[in-house]
Amino acid sequence: MRSSYLPIALAVAILAVLPLGTSSNTTLNFLSFALIVALAAQGWNILGGYGGQFSFGHAAFFGTGAYGMALLQVRFGINPWLALPLATLLGAAVGAAIGALSFRARLRGSYFALVTLAFAEVFRILANAWGFTGGAAGVLVPLRIEAANMQFADRATFYWLVLACVAAGLVLTQAMARARFGAWLVAVRENEEAARALGVDSLAVKLRAITLSSGITALAGGLYAQKFLYLDAGIAYGSWISVEALLAPIIGGLGTVFGPLVGALVLLGLGEATKIALGHALGGAVPGVDLVVFGVLLILCVAFAPRGLLGLGADVRRLLRRPV
Amino acid sequence: MSALLQVRGVTMRFGGLVAVDDAALDVAPGTITGLIGPNGAGKTTLFTVIAGFQTANAGTVHFAGEDVTALPAHTRALRGIARTFQIVQPFAGLTVRENIAVGAFLRHPSRGEAMARATAVGEAVGLGPLLDRPAGALTVAGRKRLEMARALATEPRLLLLDEVLAGLNPSEIRDMLPVVRRIRDDGVTILMVEHVMQAVMSLCDTVHVIAQGRMIAHGTPAEIARDPKVVEAYLGHGAARRLAGGADA
Amino acid sequence: MLPLDIFLSAMANGLMMGAVYALVALGLTLVYGVLHIINFAHGATLTAAMYAVYVAHAMLGVDPYLALPGLAAIFFALGYLVQRWVIGPASHGDDSNILLVTLGLSIIMENALLAGFRSDTRSIDVPYGFSVVEVGNLFLSTPKLVAFAGSFVVAALLWLLLARTDTGRAIRAVAKEKTGAALVGVRVEHIYAVTFGLGAACLAVAACLLMPTFLVNPRIGKAFTIVVLGGMGSIPGALIGGLFVGVVESLSGLYLGESLGQIGIFLIFILVLLARPTGLFGARA
Repeated sequence: MRSSYLPIALAVAILAVLPLGTSSNTTLNFLSFALIVALAAQGWNILGGYGGQFSFGHAAFFGTGAYGMALLQVRFGINPWLALPLATLLGAAVGAAIGALSFRARLRGSYFALVTLAFAEVFRILANAWGFTGGAAGVLVPLRIEAANMQFADRATFYWLVLACVAAGLVLTQAMARARFGAWLVAVRENEEAARALGVDSLAVKLRAITLSSGITALAGGLYAQKFLYLDAGIAYGSWISVEALLAPIIGGLGTVFGPLVGALVLLGLGEATKIALGHALGGAVPGVDLVVFGVLLILCVAFAPRGLLGLGADVRRLLRRPV
Repeated sequence: MSALLQVRGVTMRFGGLVAVDDAALDVAPGTITGLIGPNGAGKTTLFTVIAGFQTANAGTVHFAGEDVTALPAHTRALRGIARTFQIVQPFAGLTVRENIAVGAFLRHPSRGEAMARATAVGEAVGLGPLLDRPAGALTVAGRKRLEMARALATEPRLLLLDEVLAGLNPSEIRDMLPVVRRIRDDGVTILMVEHVMQAVMSLCDTVHVIAQGRMIAHGTPAEIARDPKVVEAYLGHGAARRLAGGADA
Repeated sequence: MLPLDIFLSAMANGLMMGAVYALVALGLTLVYGVLHIINFAHGATLTAAMYAVYVAHAMLGVDPYLALPGLAAIFFALGYLVQRWVIGPASHGDDSNILLVTLGLSIIMENALLAGFRSDTRSIDVPYGFSVVEVGNLFLSTPKLVAFAGSFVVAALLWLLLARTDTGRAIRAVAKEKTGAALVGVRVEHIYAVTFGLGAACLAVAACLLMPTFLVNPRIGKAFTIVVLGGMGSIPGALIGGLFVGVVESLSGLYLGESLGQIGIFLIFILVLLARPTGLFGARA
């Protein structure tokens, strides 16, 4: 049965026309941000959803992509269209290194989660202290609006750029899932020993997964840097992105093609709605409230919808199909 | 004809305990060879060393003339040694066919070919009608067949069966015997660790017996059944004499 | 080279703080040893406990040391309820689920505190906050000495509880062999919750001991590093690990400065995880 890329094309088409329905800059900013998080989540999903290795420190890759993108422009004068792929490769290299260290040491489960958390923290502390990365003051990417500089007058343009990356992520995930690598990755997740007995080099598979995963998340980081033009250690390597990158696939559906996208949109939508509602009720912004909502969602999801929204959807479809 | 599998001098120690002591065995190509012994004799340990899941303290394993002692498990699969697991855990969330395909992907990188091969192997072990069902829905007997199918999908020359009949009732055992024979008839050599004696007697061309870490006998099933050392290993010291004495009386 | 006095002073400081860290780690390692889960919410619970001490002092005028028994009891009850009603049911017993649920709790707690108290560091003023005790050439801060002593007292009490009481025996039984314990009539769910409550109570005590010393911004990393270093499930390991981490933190703060010094902890953490995940004293994972 040929796999169909039609659902992906449809979803991308719908998302592509969204900006045409609004002229509000805030909305467009939010949409771009949501897609950036979705992209980071797509990265996490490959290692965590398909591979079953839960990383609690994907900020390490996001931040590397972000700083890479910003610093290559600011310190080396490299054009952003070149800096973006370079930053992505840098993030992938960091992922490969962390993966090599952790997987060779046979870390898994909680221990793997802990070590990724630690690496992210180390990066954050270093970036905060090092002059090259701007220390505590951070890095500012100078404003120069022209297409050759990847800065656009119309916010919708950048949104479409991010959407193109998300679309590529969807296609890549689907192709991977159907290929040998995807089957082996899932096998390693379910039962590493049995997979090895069938000829699967589990270490190589995990390394490939983390490299792919970190590259995609680094790409998201690079796009973030170019969108908001300012970052510091807390933004780039902060735990917020580690949390959102893992929460989105869990809510949307681990190990599925659309899970990260659906999850990111739902998550951030709910977060925004909560912020706005509480802002009205309490007469001012309350920091951290959206993350509280995220924490509650995580627990509810684990308790009642372990396969995420897409899993719930599949359950409902199965219920409806049953003969009465 | 030289042996397909040659094990020499394998010793495995866990702390102060010697689980396997200077074990040796040969498996001739095209045969079904059994490895039996009382509980705790070291069968499983020897088995995992041959399969590449544990490294022995001493000894060598040669497969088709090549020294595979240092090769990790997944490389041995590439060479043509496949194994099953006693406690079968199918890859959850995948169908039966997809489970088997994981093995088929080793020699067939393209999805279409791997799925086709998985279908063929699945039908050969009798899982034809169940191929699209979730693997978790299989009965114990079904899982055992799935386990064998997964291993067979890697197109091995030597199949190591780890107590494939454990947990099956007599009629399920009876149904499994022809499946094992068919695998051999298709050209795969089999080394089986087994407790179910009727199966060993009925299936195996050669049997090796291990007790307390040492190889104590090998031969045809009939030969080792008569061997007093084997009787003693299972029934205790002096049992052979007692049995012989009782038979004479 | 820094003068010996400053070095010794940093060492002494490290040891005293280390004792409190050890107490924090004790709670974590206890939970790990019995429930076999890594409680990701441990750090956030410590933060919550410290804010509780702050509130007790700022709004109710209660001295931290006096608040100790009350807060310990409150946090025990909270820990019990959270394990019984949230973590247990939500995770359906699956390890990776428990990981996520405790992560979720830590996110909720940290950000609720952030929302409630904003990000200003709070400190409390107590009359003995700056008093010192002279030992040779060193001036040791009194609250830190009290923290040092207090930690050992609590650790000893905990040990007594585990070794001499029925509940303690039940806890040790469940830690070793859950099914067997259930078969002889131990209520495993209850014991799980009790253990979790004890872990939280340890944190409450640690918070009461820590607050008078200075303003402190605890990060999650510390407790984990200590436990990982000492060995998951090992009580002596947690104690020694705590002291070691206290000293390392103090010395790296001395040589690298406050913020960069934190890196020392995380680097040790990573090294231990990579080289010997079961820690120096831990049982084989």
